[in-house]
Amino acid sequence: MAAAISAHESGVKDILLLERDLYLGGLLNQCIHTGFGLTYFKETLTGPEYASRFVERVRAIPSIEVVTRAFAVRLTGEKTVDYLIPGHMVSVRAKAVVMATGSRERTREMAHIAGTRPAGIFPAGLAQRLINIEGYLPGKNVVIVGSGDIGLIMARRFKLEGAEVKAVIEIQPVTRGLVRNVVQCLDDFGIPLYFRHKIAHIYGKDRVEGVDVVRVDEEMREIEGSRFSMGCDTLLVSVGLIPENELIEMAGAELDKKSNTPVSGRMNETSLPGIFVCGNSYKVYDIVDTVSACAENAGRMAAGYLGKVEQQV
Amino acid sequence: MNTKTITCIECPVGCRIGVDMEGCRVVKVSGNKCPKGEKYAISEIENPMRVLTTTVAAEGLGIRRLPIRTSAPISKANIPEVMRVIRSVKVSRPVRVGESIVKNVCGTGADIVVTRSVD
Ligand code: SF4
Repeated sequence: MAAAISAHESGVKDILLLERDLYLGGLLNQCIHTGFGLTYFKETLTGPEYASRFVERVRAIPSIEVVTRAFAVRLTGEKTVDYLIPGHMVSVRAKAVVMATGSRERTREMAHIAGTRPAGIFPAGLAQRLINIEGYLPGKNVVIVGSGDIGLIMARRFKLEGAEVKAVIEIQPVTRGLVRNVVQCLDDFGIPLYFRHKIAHIYGKDRVEGVDVVRVDEEMREIEGSRFSMGCDTLLVSVGLIPENELIEMAGAELDKKSNTPVSGRMNETSLPGIFVCGNSYKVYDIVDTVSACAENAGRMAAGYLGKVEQQV
Repeated sequence: MNTKTITCIECPVGCRIGVDMEGCRVVKVSGNKCPKGEKYAISEIENPMRVLTTTVAAEGLGIRRLPIRTSAPISKANIPEVMRVIRSVKVSRPVRVGESIVKNVCGTGADIVVTRSVD
Protein backbone atom coordinates (compact mmCIF):
# COMPACT_ATOMS: atom_id res chain seq x y z
CA MET A 1 0.00 0.00 0.00
CA ALA A 2 2.80 2.44 0.88
CA ALA A 3 4.51 1.65 -2.42
CA ALA A 4 1.27 2.19 -4.37
CA ILE A 5 0.64 5.50 -2.63
CA SER A 6 4.15 6.77 -3.22
CA ALA A 7 4.08 5.64 -6.87
CA HIS A 8 0.86 7.60 -7.24
CA GLU A 9 2.39 10.62 -5.55
CA SER A 10 5.35 10.36 -7.92
CA GLY A 11 3.02 10.65 -10.90
CA VAL A 12 2.16 7.06 -11.86
CA LYS A 13 -1.34 7.05 -13.34
CA ASP A 14 -2.36 3.39 -13.48
CA ILE A 15 -1.64 1.18 -10.48
CA LEU A 16 -2.89 -2.33 -9.75
CA LEU A 17 -2.61 -3.60 -6.18
CA LEU A 18 -2.95 -7.38 -5.79
CA GLU A 19 -3.72 -8.93 -2.41
CA ARG A 20 -4.18 -12.63 -1.86
CA ASP A 21 -6.16 -12.29 1.37
CA LEU A 22 -9.76 -11.08 1.71
CA TYR A 23 -8.62 -7.70 2.95
CA LEU A 24 -5.64 -5.37 2.73
CA GLY A 25 -3.04 -5.02 5.47
CA GLY A 26 -1.42 -8.44 5.48
CA LEU A 27 0.29 -9.51 8.67
CA LEU A 28 -0.68 -6.27 10.44
CA ASN A 29 -4.25 -7.49 10.80
CA GLN A 30 -3.16 -10.25 13.14
CA CYS A 31 -0.68 -8.05 15.06
CA ILE A 32 -3.37 -6.65 17.35
CA HIS A 33 -0.88 -5.39 19.96
CA THR A 34 0.33 -1.80 20.14
CA GLY A 35 3.74 -0.44 19.28
CA PHE A 36 3.35 0.45 15.62
CA GLY A 37 3.58 3.85 14.05
CA LEU A 38 5.69 5.79 16.53
CA THR A 39 8.03 7.05 13.81
CA TYR A 40 5.59 7.24 10.95
CA PHE A 41 2.45 8.59 12.62
CA LYS A 42 4.05 9.91 15.85
CA GLU A 43 1.67 7.86 17.97
CA THR A 44 1.51 4.28 19.04
CA LEU A 45 -1.01 2.20 17.14
CA THR A 46 -2.05 -1.43 16.94
CA GLY A 47 -1.34 -3.36 13.73
CA PRO A 48 -4.90 -3.15 12.39
CA GLU A 49 -5.02 0.59 13.16
CA TYR A 50 -1.74 1.14 11.35
CA ALA A 51 -3.00 -0.84 8.35
CA SER A 52 -6.33 0.98 8.28
CA ARG A 53 -4.60 4.35 7.93
CA PHE A 54 -3.07 3.07 4.71
CA VAL A 55 -6.28 1.40 3.56
CA GLU A 56 -8.08 4.73 3.85
CA ARG A 57 -5.39 6.50 1.86
CA VAL A 58 -5.39 3.81 -0.84
CA ARG A 59 -9.18 3.94 -1.15
CA ALA A 60 -9.06 7.70 -1.65
CA ILE A 61 -6.84 7.36 -4.73
CA PRO A 62 -8.91 6.39 -7.79
CA SER A 63 -5.89 5.44 -9.90
CA ILE A 64 -5.06 2.58 -7.53
CA GLU A 65 -7.17 -0.44 -8.43
CA VAL A 66 -7.30 -3.00 -5.62
CA VAL A 67 -8.00 -6.69 -6.25
CA THR A 68 -8.30 -8.90 -3.18
CA ARG A 69 -8.31 -12.70 -3.23
CA ALA A 70 -5.76 -12.40 -6.02
CA PHE A 71 -3.01 -14.96 -5.75
CA ALA A 72 0.01 -14.14 -7.92
CA VAL A 73 1.39 -17.39 -9.31
CA ARG A 74 3.80 -16.30 -12.02
CA LEU A 75 6.07 -13.41 -12.84
CA THR A 76 8.26 -13.09 -15.90
CA GLY A 77 11.29 -10.93 -16.58
CA GLU A 78 9.11 -9.09 -19.13
CA LYS A 79 6.92 -8.10 -16.17
CA THR A 80 3.88 -10.20 -16.94
CA VAL A 81 2.05 -11.14 -13.75
CA ASP A 82 -0.38 -14.07 -13.71
CA TYR A 83 -2.74 -14.23 -10.77
CA LEU A 84 -5.61 -16.43 -9.72
CA ILE A 85 -8.87 -14.97 -8.54
CA PRO A 86 -11.75 -17.24 -7.55
CA GLY A 87 -12.86 -18.95 -10.75
CA HIS A 88 -10.14 -17.93 -13.15
CA MET A 89 -6.66 -16.74 -13.95
CA VAL A 90 -5.79 -13.25 -15.10
CA SER A 91 -2.66 -12.13 -16.88
CA VAL A 92 -1.46 -8.53 -16.82
CA ARG A 93 1.51 -6.93 -18.48
CA ALA A 94 3.05 -4.23 -16.31
CA LYS A 95 5.70 -1.66 -17.11
CA ALA A 96 7.09 -1.88 -13.59
CA VAL A 97 6.42 -4.28 -10.73
CA VAL A 98 6.88 -3.76 -6.98
CA MET A 99 6.87 -6.95 -4.95
CA ALA A 100 5.71 -6.70 -1.36
CA THR A 101 5.34 -10.41 -0.73
CA GLY A 102 6.58 -10.36 2.85
CA SER A 103 8.19 -13.28 4.54
CA ARG A 104 7.32 -16.67 5.94
CA GLU A 105 8.23 -18.25 9.22
CA ARG A 106 11.14 -20.55 9.78
CA THR A 107 9.83 -23.90 10.92
CA ARG A 108 10.67 -26.56 13.47
CA GLU A 109 12.47 -28.49 10.72
CA MET A 110 14.77 -25.52 10.08
CA ALA A 111 15.57 -25.28 13.78
CA HIS A 112 16.58 -28.97 13.80
CA ILE A 113 14.68 -30.15 16.87
CA ALA A 114 14.80 -33.89 17.49
CA GLY A 115 11.86 -36.03 18.52
CA THR A 116 8.47 -37.15 17.31
CA ARG A 117 6.22 -35.28 14.91
CA PRO A 118 2.94 -34.91 16.79
CA ALA A 119 0.24 -32.27 16.42
CA GLY A 120 0.67 -29.14 18.52
CA ILE A 121 3.83 -27.65 17.02
CA PHE A 122 3.09 -24.25 15.51
CA PRO A 123 5.14 -21.44 14.06
CA ALA A 124 4.35 -18.56 16.44
CA GLY A 125 2.86 -16.35 13.73
CA LEU A 126 0.46 -19.10 12.69
CA ALA A 127 -0.71 -19.42 16.29
CA GLN A 128 -1.17 -15.65 16.26
CA ARG A 129 -3.37 -15.90 13.21
CA LEU A 130 -5.39 -18.75 14.75
CA ILE A 131 -6.10 -16.77 17.92
CA ASN A 132 -6.51 -13.24 16.60
CA ILE A 133 -8.18 -13.86 13.25
CA GLU A 134 -9.74 -17.32 13.36
CA GLY A 135 -10.66 -17.28 17.04
CA TYR A 136 -9.15 -20.62 18.07
CA LEU A 137 -6.83 -21.19 21.00
CA PRO A 138 -4.37 -23.79 19.67
CA GLY A 139 -3.23 -25.06 23.09
CA LYS A 140 -3.53 -24.77 26.84
CA ASN A 141 -0.04 -25.46 28.06
CA VAL A 142 2.64 -23.83 25.99
CA VAL A 143 6.42 -23.82 25.62
CA ILE A 144 7.94 -21.31 23.20
CA VAL A 145 11.20 -21.86 21.34
CA GLY A 146 13.04 -18.72 20.36
CA SER A 147 12.64 -15.25 21.83
CA GLY A 148 11.80 -13.42 18.60
CA ASP A 149 9.20 -10.68 18.92
CA ILE A 150 6.33 -12.83 17.67
CA GLY A 151 7.17 -15.53 20.22
CA LEU A 152 7.25 -13.00 23.07
CA ILE A 153 4.01 -11.38 22.00
CA MET A 154 2.35 -14.78 21.74
CA ALA A 155 3.45 -15.69 25.26
CA ARG A 156 1.37 -12.78 26.54
CA ARG A 157 -1.46 -13.55 24.15
CA PHE A 158 -1.80 -17.16 25.33
CA LYS A 159 -1.59 -16.05 28.94
CA LEU A 160 -4.34 -13.44 28.49
CA GLU A 161 -6.54 -16.08 26.90
CA GLY A 162 -6.16 -18.24 29.97
CA ALA A 163 -3.52 -20.71 28.79
CA GLU A 164 -0.43 -21.63 30.79
CA VAL A 165 2.91 -20.52 29.33
CA LYS A 166 5.68 -22.63 30.81
CA ALA A 167 8.75 -20.89 29.42
CA VAL A 168 10.51 -19.27 26.52
CA ILE A 169 13.67 -21.11 25.48
CA GLU A 170 16.42 -19.12 23.73
CA ILE A 171 19.68 -20.63 22.56
CA GLN A 172 21.47 -17.27 22.39
CA PRO A 173 22.61 -15.38 25.52
CA VAL A 174 20.36 -12.42 24.59
CA THR A 175 16.85 -11.99 23.26
CA ARG A 176 16.27 -11.73 19.52
CA GLY A 177 13.25 -9.54 20.15
CA LEU A 178 12.91 -6.04 21.53
CA VAL A 179 13.65 -5.61 25.24
CA ARG A 180 10.31 -3.90 25.75
CA ASN A 181 8.61 -7.11 24.69
CA VAL A 182 10.54 -9.13 27.25
CA VAL A 183 9.32 -6.68 29.90
CA GLN A 184 5.67 -6.36 28.93
CA CYS A 185 5.09 -9.88 27.62
CA LEU A 186 7.16 -12.10 29.91
CA ASP A 187 8.07 -10.18 33.09
CA ASP A 188 4.52 -8.84 33.46
CA PHE A 189 3.21 -12.40 33.56
CA GLY A 190 6.06 -14.08 35.39
CA ILE A 191 7.01 -16.23 32.39
CA PRO A 192 10.61 -17.49 32.67
CA LEU A 193 13.04 -16.91 29.80
CA TYR A 194 15.88 -19.44 29.59
CA PHE A 195 18.92 -18.10 27.75
CA ARG A 196 21.55 -20.49 26.35
CA HIS A 197 19.04 -23.32 26.42
CA LYS A 198 17.54 -25.37 23.63
CA ILE A 199 14.90 -28.02 23.12
CA ALA A 200 16.68 -31.36 23.01
CA HIS A 201 13.66 -33.53 22.28
CA ILE A 202 9.93 -33.36 21.58
CA TYR A 203 7.71 -36.11 23.03
CA GLY A 204 4.19 -37.18 22.15
CA LYS A 205 2.48 -39.53 19.73
CA ASP A 206 -0.63 -37.77 18.45
CA ARG A 207 -0.28 -34.55 20.40
CA VAL A 208 2.76 -32.93 21.99
CA GLU A 209 3.14 -34.23 25.54
CA GLY A 210 6.34 -32.56 26.62
CA VAL A 211 9.85 -31.47 25.76
CA ASP A 212 13.34 -31.91 27.10
CA VAL A 213 15.28 -28.71 27.60
CA VAL A 214 19.05 -28.58 27.86
CA ARG A 215 21.63 -25.90 28.58
CA VAL A 216 24.30 -25.23 25.95
CA ASP A 217 27.81 -23.85 26.19
CA GLU A 218 29.39 -21.09 24.08
CA GLU A 219 29.83 -23.48 21.16
CA MET A 220 26.17 -24.49 21.37
CA ARG A 221 27.09 -27.95 22.67
CA GLU A 222 24.78 -29.57 25.18
CA ILE A 223 26.04 -29.38 28.73
CA GLU A 224 25.90 -32.82 30.21
CA GLY A 225 23.61 -33.33 33.15
CA SER A 226 21.68 -30.11 32.51
CA ARG A 227 18.73 -31.76 30.79
CA PHE A 228 15.26 -31.35 32.31
CA SER A 229 11.70 -32.03 31.17
CA MET A 230 8.68 -29.80 30.80
CA GLY A 231 5.16 -31.03 30.20
CA CYS A 232 3.22 -29.14 27.53
CA ASP A 233 0.61 -29.72 24.83
CA THR A 234 1.85 -27.02 22.50
CA LEU A 235 5.21 -25.89 21.21
CA LEU A 236 5.50 -22.54 19.47
CA VAL A 237 8.47 -21.99 17.23
CA SER A 238 9.65 -18.40 16.87
CA VAL A 239 13.00 -18.66 15.17
CA GLY A 240 12.94 -15.97 12.55
CA LEU A 241 11.56 -15.17 9.13
CA ILE A 242 12.63 -15.88 5.57
CA PRO A 243 11.86 -13.39 2.81
CA GLU A 244 9.38 -14.75 0.29
CA ASN A 245 10.90 -14.28 -3.15
CA GLU A 246 9.86 -17.26 -5.27
CA LEU A 247 8.14 -15.09 -7.88
CA ILE A 248 11.11 -12.89 -8.69
CA GLU A 249 13.28 -15.98 -8.69
CA MET A 250 10.90 -17.48 -11.24
CA ALA A 251 11.30 -14.31 -13.29
CA GLY A 252 15.05 -14.82 -13.29
CA ALA A 253 16.18 -12.42 -10.57
CA GLU A 254 19.35 -13.25 -8.75
CA LEU A 255 18.86 -14.20 -5.08
CA ASP A 256 21.31 -14.43 -2.22
CA LYS A 257 20.79 -18.07 -1.34
CA LYS A 258 21.63 -17.61 2.30
CA SER A 259 19.16 -14.86 3.12
CA ASN A 260 16.74 -15.48 0.23
CA THR A 261 16.82 -11.77 -0.58
CA PRO A 262 17.33 -10.17 -4.00
CA VAL A 263 20.86 -9.30 -5.03
CA SER A 264 20.64 -5.65 -5.91
CA GLY A 265 22.84 -2.69 -6.63
CA ARG A 266 20.62 -0.14 -4.97
CA MET A 267 18.02 -0.31 -2.20
CA ASN A 268 14.83 -2.09 -3.36
CA GLU A 269 16.23 -3.06 -6.77
CA THR A 270 16.57 -6.55 -8.20
CA SER A 271 18.88 -7.73 -10.94
CA LEU A 272 15.91 -7.32 -13.34
CA PRO A 273 15.20 -3.80 -14.60
CA GLY A 274 11.78 -2.53 -13.57
CA ILE A 275 11.19 -5.19 -10.90
CA PHE A 276 11.48 -3.85 -7.36
CA VAL A 277 11.11 -5.48 -3.96
CA CYS A 278 10.13 -3.83 -0.68
CA GLY A 279 9.28 -4.64 2.92
CA ASN A 280 10.08 -7.98 4.49
CA SER A 281 10.63 -9.63 1.13
CA TYR A 282 13.50 -7.21 0.49
CA LYS A 283 14.95 -7.69 3.97
CA VAL A 284 13.42 -8.76 7.29
CA TYR A 285 12.64 -5.62 9.29
CA ASP A 286 11.90 -5.27 13.01
CA ILE A 287 9.73 -2.20 12.81
CA VAL A 288 6.82 -1.59 10.45
CA ASP A 289 7.50 2.14 10.18
CA THR A 290 10.77 1.28 8.46
CA VAL A 291 8.91 -1.12 6.16
CA SER A 292 6.59 1.69 5.08
CA ALA A 293 9.56 3.98 4.40
CA CYS A 294 11.23 1.20 2.41
CA ALA A 295 8.05 0.62 0.41
CA GLU A 296 7.72 4.32 -0.35
CA ASN A 297 11.22 4.30 -1.71
CA ALA A 298 10.33 1.31 -3.93
CA GLY A 299 7.23 3.13 -5.20
CA ARG A 300 9.33 6.18 -6.10
CA MET A 301 11.93 4.04 -7.80
CA ALA A 302 9.28 2.31 -9.87
CA ALA A 303 7.93 5.71 -10.87
CA GLY A 304 11.42 6.88 -11.75
CA TYR A 305 11.96 3.79 -13.86
CA LEU A 306 8.68 4.38 -15.73
CA GLY A 307 9.72 7.97 -16.39
CA LYS A 308 12.96 6.78 -17.98
CA VAL A 309 11.21 4.11 -20.06
CA GLU A 310 8.73 6.64 -21.40
CA GLN A 311 11.49 9.03 -22.42
CA GLN A 312 13.13 6.31 -24.49
CA VAL A 313 9.92 5.59 -26.42
CA MET B 1 17.35 5.03 49.77
CA ASN B 2 16.52 2.24 47.38
CA THR B 3 17.56 2.00 43.71
CA LYS B 4 15.89 -0.07 41.04
CA THR B 5 16.58 -0.49 37.32
CA ILE B 6 13.67 -0.88 34.94
CA THR B 7 13.31 -0.98 31.16
CA CYS B 8 11.18 1.67 29.50
CA ILE B 9 8.61 0.15 27.13
CA GLU B 10 7.29 3.38 25.65
CA CYS B 11 9.29 2.99 22.45
CA PRO B 12 11.56 0.42 20.76
CA VAL B 13 14.76 2.02 22.16
CA GLY B 14 14.09 0.30 25.50
CA CYS B 15 16.17 2.59 27.77
CA ARG B 16 17.41 1.15 31.04
CA ILE B 17 16.18 3.58 33.64
CA GLY B 18 17.52 3.93 37.16
CA VAL B 19 14.92 4.81 39.76
CA ASP B 20 15.86 6.06 43.23
CA MET B 21 13.12 5.55 45.77
CA GLU B 22 12.42 6.54 49.32
CA GLY B 23 9.88 4.02 50.51
CA CYS B 24 7.35 3.77 47.69
CA ARG B 25 8.03 7.28 46.45
CA VAL B 26 10.22 7.95 43.42
CA VAL B 27 12.79 10.66 44.13
CA LYS B 28 15.02 10.49 41.07
CA VAL B 29 14.85 9.01 37.58
CA SER B 30 17.97 8.65 35.42
CA GLY B 31 19.07 7.08 32.15
CA ASN B 32 15.94 7.90 30.13
CA LYS B 33 16.61 9.37 26.70
CA CYS B 34 13.38 11.37 26.67
CA PRO B 35 10.76 12.77 29.07
CA LYS B 36 8.34 9.90 28.39
CA GLY B 37 10.76 7.65 30.21
CA GLU B 38 10.47 9.60 33.44
CA LYS B 39 6.68 9.46 33.39
CA TYR B 40 6.81 5.77 32.61
CA ALA B 41 9.27 5.04 35.42
CA ILE B 42 7.21 6.81 38.05
CA SER B 43 4.00 5.09 37.00
CA GLU B 44 5.77 1.73 36.72
CA ILE B 45 6.83 1.94 40.35
CA GLU B 46 3.70 3.49 41.78
CA ASN B 47 0.95 1.96 39.64
CA PRO B 48 2.02 0.05 36.53
CA MET B 49 -0.28 0.76 33.59
CA ARG B 50 -0.73 -1.07 30.30
CA VAL B 51 -2.80 -0.66 27.19
CA LEU B 52 -4.68 -3.95 26.88
CA THR B 53 -5.15 -5.37 23.40
CA THR B 54 -7.18 -8.46 22.59
CA THR B 55 -10.13 -9.46 20.40
CA VAL B 56 -13.88 -9.79 20.83
CA ALA B 57 -16.28 -12.10 19.01
CA ALA B 58 -17.68 -10.79 15.73
CA GLU B 59 -20.91 -12.12 14.29
CA GLY B 60 -22.21 -11.86 10.75
CA LEU B 61 -19.46 -9.46 9.69
CA GLY B 62 -17.35 -11.75 7.52
CA ILE B 63 -14.64 -11.97 10.20
CA ARG B 64 -14.71 -14.03 13.39
CA ARG B 65 -12.71 -11.84 15.74
CA LEU B 66 -12.60 -8.10 15.98
CA PRO B 67 -9.41 -6.58 17.46
CA ILE B 68 -9.88 -4.10 20.31
CA ARG B 69 -7.79 -2.00 22.71
CA THR B 70 -8.35 0.05 25.79
CA SER B 71 -8.54 3.74 24.87
CA ALA B 72 -5.92 4.51 27.54
CA PRO B 73 -3.51 2.52 29.69
CA ILE B 74 -5.25 0.75 32.56
CA SER B 75 -3.82 -0.46 35.82
CA LYS B 76 -2.15 -3.86 35.43
CA ALA B 77 -4.17 -5.09 38.38
CA ASN B 78 -7.41 -4.52 36.45
CA ILE B 79 -6.41 -6.61 33.45
CA PRO B 80 -7.90 -9.98 34.55
CA GLU B 81 -11.24 -8.37 35.37
CA VAL B 82 -11.35 -6.44 32.09
CA MET B 83 -10.54 -9.65 30.19
CA ARG B 84 -13.53 -11.31 31.84
CA VAL B 85 -15.83 -8.52 30.69
CA ILE B 86 -14.40 -8.58 27.18
CA ARG B 87 -15.07 -12.32 26.83
CA SER B 88 -18.81 -11.70 26.96
CA VAL B 89 -18.77 -8.91 24.35
CA LYS B 90 -20.04 -9.68 20.87
CA VAL B 91 -20.15 -7.23 17.96
CA SER B 92 -22.67 -7.82 15.18
CA ARG B 93 -22.95 -4.43 13.51
CA PRO B 94 -20.54 -2.55 11.25
CA VAL B 95 -17.97 -0.53 13.22
CA ARG B 96 -15.20 1.95 12.40
CA VAL B 97 -11.67 2.08 13.76
CA GLY B 98 -11.66 3.99 17.04
CA GLU B 99 -15.34 3.38 17.80
CA SER B 100 -15.98 2.70 21.45
CA ILE B 101 -18.03 -0.41 22.28
CA VAL B 102 -17.77 -0.45 26.09
CA LYS B 103 -17.61 2.82 28.03
CA ASN B 104 -15.51 3.14 31.19
CA VAL B 105 -14.75 -0.57 31.36
CA CYS B 106 -14.74 -1.84 34.97
CA GLY B 107 -14.52 1.74 36.19
CA THR B 108 -10.99 2.15 34.83
CA GLY B 109 -11.90 5.35 33.03
CA ALA B 110 -10.87 3.76 29.72
CA ASP B 111 -13.20 2.62 26.95
CA ILE B 112 -12.94 -0.51 24.85
CA VAL B 113 -12.43 0.67 21.27
CA VAL B 114 -12.27 -1.38 18.10
CA THR B 115 -9.06 -1.17 16.11
CA ARG B 116 -10.36 -2.35 12.77
CA SER B 117 -13.25 -1.25 10.58
CA VAL B 118 -15.75 -3.80 9.30
CA ASP B 119 -18.68 -3.11 7.02
S1 SF4 C 1 12.94 6.85 27.73
FE1 SF4 C 1 12.15 7.69 25.80
S2 SF4 C 1 13.66 6.97 24.29
FE2 SF4 C 1 13.98 5.70 26.11
S3 SF4 C 1 12.70 3.89 25.75
FE3 SF4 C 1 11.48 5.36 26.93
S4 SF4 C 1 10.31 6.47 25.37
FE4 SF4 C 1 12.01 5.45 24.31
